Amino acid sequence: MKRKLILATGLLLAIVVVLAGLYRTLKRRPVQASAVEIKIDNFNFAPATLVVRKGTQITWTNRDDIPHTVVEDDKTFKSKVLDTDEKFTFTANRTGTYRYYCSIHPKMTGKVVVE
Amino acid sequence: MASGKNDELLFDHNHDAVDRRGFLKCMAWAGTGALCVVQGGVLKSFSLSDAQSRHAKGDLSFVQISDSHMGFNKAANPDVAGTLQAAVAKINALTDPAEFILHTGDITHLSKPVEFDQVQQILRSAKPKEIFFVPGEHDVLEDDGQQYRERFGKNTKGSGWYSFDKKGVHFVALVNVMNLKAGGMGLLGTDQLAWLEDDVRHLSNSTPIVVFAHMPLWNIYPEWGWGTDDSAQALSYLKRFGSVTVLNGHIHQTMQKVEGNITFHTAASTAFPQPQPGKADSAGPMKVPAEQLRSLLGVSDVNYMRGKRALAVIDSTLQ
Repeated sequence: MKRKLILATGLLLAIVVVLAGLYRTLKRRPVQASAVEIKIDNFNFAPATLVVRKGTQITWTNRDDIPHTVVEDDKTFKSKVLDTDEKFTFTANRTGTYRYYCSIHPKMTGKVVVE
Repeated sequence: MASGKNDELLFDHNHDAVDRRGFLKCMAWAGTGALCVVQGGVLKSFSLSDAQSRHAKGDLSFVQISDSHMGFNKAANPDVAGTLQAAVAKINALTDPAEFILHTGDITHLSKPVEFDQVQQILRSAKPKEIFFVPGEHDVLEDDGQQYRERFGKNTKGSGWYSFDKKGVHFVALVNVMNLKAGGMGLLGTDQLAWLEDDVRHLSNSTPIVVFAHMPLWNIYPEWGWGTDDSAQALSYLKRFGSVTVLNGHIHQTMQKVEGNITFHTAASTAFPQPQPGKADSAGPMKVPAEQLRSLLGVSDVNYMRGKRALAVIDSTLQ
């Protein structure tokens, strides 16, 4: 009985370790979808860091009661002012790291990595 | 400067850097109202009800309104025109009439011409005919403030800064909502700072100074961007003056701090309240029961009495 318990616990631990490893690998890998969404909620970009494949269409949606913008630091992309529920789309055709912020609330920052 | 996680803000009162007369920190949260005033060189604070009884007629009276956000129509206040009208009614009902109005920005919500038009139309019914503006970040969307300056910024410098004198008090209007940098807060910029240094250079130390801008010129809560990155530089030009009053809006709640010779005061919005620093997930509009709303909106009545070191600021709600 005791041996069974040890065996079961060991098996469970092994599964957890494998899953954690898988999760880390998946997290590092670019999102496979051809279109992804970044939500603007509570003065945050979510996810704040997004890794995508070249050619992915990224859409930001403002879920706040306050207008926001999406502006890349070097102005590679720049949305107009997004009021509640308005969207902005950018297609990542070139690899690289794009840091962006809300020009109205510059404490809000985010990053898109295109691989 | 301000601590992030604590319930109370902690300020680094550097007595060596400021006048040694002393300081008083008093903060009034939305709806309570407070008056800080110097009597015989000693700073004292009163609650609003006390303040009204002590409120003697001064040499110069004006009011500050802020953050009218015309065009906002969400649950936090579906009738921002109505509450701005209520603010004007409050101003018109003052027993000691205001000579002029300062509007500390976020006149509109989305910088739309129709929103600017509506504010201008409502303010036409105010008894004080002279109104001085500074832009908020919501007034300079899309066009870097061009429309704002065409309407309110004639004869101003740079992105809209200027100064003027009233009854011996020197007023300085600053713009800290332009060219904001990723990760930063409000920004004055080197051109404006150079102008400010030059603007006050010729004034005697005894000249009372009133500075007004949209975003706070003291670091209230950097985590939410409630401050101005280069405000310390601006304030350093004002340290030699005996009386400096700094008025701002942006955070949609009243708050006051006195440090040495400088009194900081933040006015309530006429449109919707925002949460106390760190007391919500974000600085977004705070939804309160309809019957409470007007107790969290307001106007600030500012009174200058010759010979007094600080201007008396009285906040009153729209209720």
